[in-house]
Amino acid sequence: MALDKNGIAQRIAKEVKDGYYVNLGIGIPTLVANFVRDDIEVEFQSENGILGMGPFPFEGEEDADLINAGKQTITALPGASFFDSATSFGMIRGKHVDLTILGAMEVAENGDIANWKIPGKMVKGMGGAMDLVASAENIIVAMMHTNKAGKSKLLKKCTLPLTGVGCVTTIVTNLAVLNVTEEGFKLIERAPGVSVEEIEKATEGKLIVEGEIPEMKL
Amino acid sequence: MIRKTVNNVQEALEGVEDSMTFMLGGFGLSGIPENAISELVKRNIKDITCISNNAGVDDFGLGLLLKKNQIRKMISSYVGENAEFERQMLSGELEVELTPQGTLAAKCLAAQQGFPAIYTPAGYGTEVSLNKETRKFEDKMYVLEEAYKADFAFVKAWKGDEAGNLIFKGTARNFNPNMCGAAKVTVVEVEELVPAGELDPNQIHIPGIFVQRIFQGKDYEKRIEQRTVRPKR
Repeated sequence: MALDKNGIAQRIAKEVKDGYYVNLGIGIPTLVANFVRDDIEVEFQSENGILGMGPFPFEGEEDADLINAGKQTITALPGASFFDSATSFGMIRGKHVDLTILGAMEVAENGDIANWKIPGKMVKGMGGAMDLVASAENIIVAMMHTNKAGKSKLLKKCTLPLTGVGCVTTIVTNLAVLNVTEEGFKLIERAPGVSVEEIEKATEGKLIVEGEIPEMKL
Repeated sequence: MIRKTVNNVQEALEGVEDSMTFMLGGFGLSGIPENAISELVKRNIKDITCISNNAGVDDFGLGLLLKKNQIRKMISSYVGENAEFERQMLSGELEVELTPQGTLAAKCLAAQQGFPAIYTPAGYGTEVSLNKETRKFEDKMYVLEEAYKADFAFVKAWKGDEAGNLIFKGTARNFNPNMCGAAKVTVVEVEELVPAGELDPNQIHIPGIFVQRIFQGKDYEKRIEQRTVRPKR
């Protein structure tokens, strides 16, 4: 069965390793924090200026001076730090953040990503997405394999305006885990009960299937 | 000690005119210069270019200036959450220059620190880099982005002293320190203005040399945009 959003987050959480500084985008990526093993040390960065982000505050303890990149009220964990925007993107651009997890509308087989603009619709802006994808070495895209119209989001070439070029390394969808390689999307794992054929059918870009493809372990 | 204090927001905004370019600190509604924005609304300063990461919401923050059609151009990274903004943008009344968030911060910092421009990888190969100089350093492509030029920077800090030394609080810090000294005149409003000597020099985030005017702000609303909580145990 294909995964739901929590399932995708749960699978991605396995990529979060001890000692990682991690930046989580809005949407499915935010859910990843709920599934990270509690026997490892991880710090979450929010690009508006905090490392060591904690859970939402208890009712009555919200602070207008303490929010995340989605403008939600949050808390700071012991060991947290605050910093200005230039420093924040300095740690992103300088590759000090170990893992970036973000959503996407389209990913191309060469690692291009589009996630900020749909022509003809109101443009809200790219926020920090272009900085994150241009700089991070380890980028996991969390998204559904197909869009609401059933069309593949893993393409030969992006059709939407790009956020960054050749930058995505790993994609986790409701159907599969894939790596972006020089030859195309390499199938690494299948969602439980999902066949290679189903994944092939849902992937427009070049899909590389080598040998037996294991099922994800969640 | 070189004194930077002015008595109120009216004095702090002396010299502000139509068609100027302003930097405004804040991320979302957190750390925005509420007093300066109110005064700009009151004076009905027009044709403004605003460098600000966001554009407020319909009835707060920069939304108050938008509602009165005082802004000609917005330079921002993210402008959702504002219906009036959308209307003015689609009708062509408002010009919008979308800039990646880290690039926006870097262009402020460059202005503060005397760099005419910086190279950033953000936006390379996208529409952001159209008609901009690009250059390869060690197999990676970068875009040349010029430092901003602004007439006034409006900054909000938590505490400040008479010498203009500043301390920020939480994530209300955001773009505020990067905008200090990045415009011809930097105007800072603080929640708590204290005599020189009361702030520990070890704890200062921004030294007063980057600040021209500082005043005790008042009536802060500090609105929360997305109130998210977990239930009490």
